[in-house]
Amino acid sequence: MSTTPILDVADLRVHYRTRAGTKVQAVDGVSFQLAAGEVLGIAGESGCGKTTLVSACMGLYMPPLFYGSGSVRINGESILGLDREQHRKHVLGRKIAIIPQGALNSLNPTRKVRDLAADMIYSHGDRSGKAEIEERLRERFTRIGLDARHVLDAYPVELPAGTKQRVVIGVSTLLNPQVVVADEPTSALDVSTQKSVIRLLFDLMDRQIISSMLFITHELPLLRHVSSSIAVMYAGEFVEHGRTEQVIFDGRHPYTRALMGSMLSADPGQRGKKPVGIDGAPPDLKHEIRGCRFAERCPVARPDCSGAEQPLRTVAGRAVRCSYATAEPGVAAEPQMDAEPQMEAQP
Amino acid sequence: MTARPVMSPERSADVKLEARDVSRVFGHGKGRKVAVDRVSFQIQGEEIVSLVGQSGCGKTVLAKLLLRLDQPTSGQLLFNGRDIEAERDLKRHFRQVQAVFQDPFSAFNQFFTIRSQLESCFRLFEQRPPPAEVAARVDAALRAVNIEPREIDGKYPFELSGGQMQRMLLARIFIIRPEVLIADEPTSMVDACSRASILDYLMKLKRDLKMTIVFVTHDVGLACYVSDTIYIMHCGQIVERGAPDQVMTAPESPVTRELLDDIPDIHRDWLGRGAGAGASAK
Repeated sequence: MSTTPILDVADLRVHYRTRAGTKVQAVDGVSFQLAAGEVLGIAGESGCGKTTLVSACMGLYMPPLFYGSGSVRINGESILGLDREQHRKHVLGRKIAIIPQGALNSLNPTRKVRDLAADMIYSHGDRSGKAEIEERLRERFTRIGLDARHVLDAYPVELPAGTKQRVVIGVSTLLNPQVVVADEPTSALDVSTQKSVIRLLFDLMDRQIISSMLFITHELPLLRHVSSSIAVMYAGEFVEHGRTEQVIFDGRHPYTRALMGSMLSADPGQRGKKPVGIDGAPPDLKHEIRGCRFAERCPVARPDCSGAEQPLRTVAGRAVRCSYATAEPGVAAEPQMDAEPQMEAQP
Repeated sequence: MTARPVMSPERSADVKLEARDVSRVFGHGKGRKVAVDRVSFQIQGEEIVSLVGQSGCGKTVLAKLLLRLDQPTSGQLLFNGRDIEAERDLKRHFRQVQAVFQDPFSAFNQFFTIRSQLESCFRLFEQRPPPAEVAARVDAALRAVNIEPREIDGKYPFELSGGQMQRMLLARIFIIRPEVLIADEPTSMVDACSRASILDYLMKLKRDLKMTIVFVTHDVGLACYVSDTIYIMHCGQIVERGAPDQVMTAPESPVTRELLDDIPDIHRDWLGRGAGAGASAK
């Protein structure tokens, strides 16, 4: 990890401005780095700012989304502050590309796959001849496991879901972007297709077509297999950020544990273990929140939690935003089980 | 697939839904597609049955047949021992068989408030209760799905989150109280935290209102959690059926085994490239 990171996001803050003029701080001081060959998983429930973070990292600031402060660098170069045309031509698709959330609806239904894919090349200033582009598309689509001749001639509606998702991935990675942002790429697919799509993404990484990946999802168990590190997001902030095994098996933030607890497992040994949903809703970011943002829903909140500002601090080798997380496993989430005699919350 | 033993012809008293050799074929000639292929089953009262299979295996078509939104090409579907086609009064059928769908936003009308739409459920009944009782029953149904009635007053569907809207669909079920509920992928549009609570409401419906539930999903894990019986579907046929534990621990069909393998489980290698695959991708 000593090499310079490919993607470097530092203290990024972005907000939405509603029609009534209120400011919604959707991403609030997020920092992370992504090295070559790394996959960072970002997990969190709906509305926690995952997708906003993606737009912000790609430099897609379109009203009502506004840039606040912080920086986004790819290979050391800032991608913010370019004019829109420059940004589209030199950053999007080349340095950073997205596999969008509703990938199944993101292909123009009135155009053939060939034209959609060729657009990606033409719109970045490449003026190659038709035959040359056809050759390139064939080669790439065959490589991602599609019957190129058939697929290029098809309209998106004629293709099944899994194939459509592959086409989206194929088009997104056509210009060999360094960072690929996969925003819930498999949430619309069934479990079997999901597996093959994720295999494809890793295949692209193995072949050095893409070098690193941001993987956004609300399924923590999936990240166990996909990512090398995980950041858990809540109300616009990272609440825990560490290596995959640390976060999955030994989460120290109460929210991480709650998120894991709400997952179902098909493991026969786990059957009968009841998944617990997290009650309540995330806080309204229209208002400034003092102290811990999760305090209201936290099962182990203590009286002083909602007053004190919670900085990210290092606990047991990962960053956690909870002042009661301790170095021994399990303390923060199960106060009744441990013998820590500090100020006790309600029994 | 091996032939299953033929079920005993005499019907036990509490069979709610029964299918006898039901097929649904779309198109003809070259484009002929058999979506449901000679399916037979008996579903008991107060049972949660899961239909599990990959996309395109015919589970939604089968669900639509049960709802009478579509008609089988051949075979017979019986509800309480009567052919469902024989029921002339559609309203009566829908009072007894209701559905929860995948996308709650498309199930509600964008132009009316949620409350007015919940109140319109009462049109299905033969006698409409007085307005005060309607309001009280809507409130009770909302509380049953853990939503404070005041919260949604005057709100439109697009003002709520996906998880909340899915609970609104369930509130409808608490109002109508059908005998049978067909839940077609009710959790695929909501995030993992809301998923657990949606499943809990389904189990509550079964427990408190003695409802029979057909749960359609592609995730065997979910199916095992909620159901009493699991039917695995593949290419229009039911290839395996049994209790969740039996299906999970000793799957007979290769289709079931594949479905089980495809679920990302944190304790098992899933991609065949070791844990934290991203780290080794270099």
